[in-house]
Amino acid sequence: MLRQILIPLLCGLVFGFGLALSGMTDTQVVLGFLDISGDWNPALLMVMAGALAVTIPGFRLAQKRGTPFFSTQFFLPASRAIEAKLLIGSVIFGIGWGLYGYCPGPALAALSSLAWQPLLFVVAMAAGVYLEKLYSAKRPG
Amino acid sequence: MSLVAPLAGGVLIGLSALAMLALLGRITGISGILAGVLNVETGLWRWAFLAGLIIAPPLFHAVSGQPVPAPADAGWPLIILAGLLVGFGTRHAGGCTSGHGVCGIGRLSPRSMAATATFIAAGMLTVSVMRHLVG
Repeated sequence: MLRQILIPLLCGLVFGFGLALSGMTDTQVVLGFLDISGDWNPALLMVMAGALAVTIPGFRLAQKRGTPFFSTQFFLPASRAIEAKLLIGSVIFGIGWGLYGYCPGPALAALSSLAWQPLLFVVAMAAGVYLEKLYSAKRPG
Repeated sequence: MSLVAPLAGGVLIGLSALAMLALLGRITGISGILAGVLNVETGLWRWAFLAGLIIAPPLFHAVSGQPVPAPADAGWPLIILAGLLVGFGTRHAGGCTSGHGVCGIGRLSPRSMAATATFIAAGMLTVSVMRHLVG
């Protein structure tokens, strides 16, 4: 109950509240950050700065403890290589992000607005996740 | 718009990611959590997190009185294309703005720094092309 529902639900609430407060659910704010040739909007940079000011020292402390409070292990990505797949995927993601102004978190958070655009975006994003799984299954590495 | 709200929002996002790691040992990568749900991986925690993420913005707008931002004006073909690229790209890269940008850089991972620099650069280039070349 605590580990599977209460803690992640509360964390999701805080995360989504942070996204809405920071204006990240507004595609115009995000596109304003990505548009460096126009009237640049630094909001996204502030969000990253605020988040990293917590995670950089916080993650160090958390890992120093050895194990999480309510789990037996840390589930951390094993991959450390900066390989073509990482960069190609990031370019593809960046293009999609720049086209409309949603990355996955804000798109999901914006579902609650009940507008058709985030819903369509999330359905397409889910299809993209599925297509990538099929693609990577055929071409490992 | 004041920069205090984005900074405070970022701190909340960081606190959420820190609690997920310190309490549950999990990386808060939204694309990874979404993929886990779509792949029917075990773990109710992903559903619980996404539920919180989705119900939070209405709470914020009710408390603050700020209007819900209107989605950008774009036709459905562009929205579908953008969603497909974001879904495919984030999984191919193993992370998005939260997984690489907030958590990966939070772990000082060079891999996540490279990914974040790349998707921000690609996003900036795309916006330049869309707004200033295409119109």
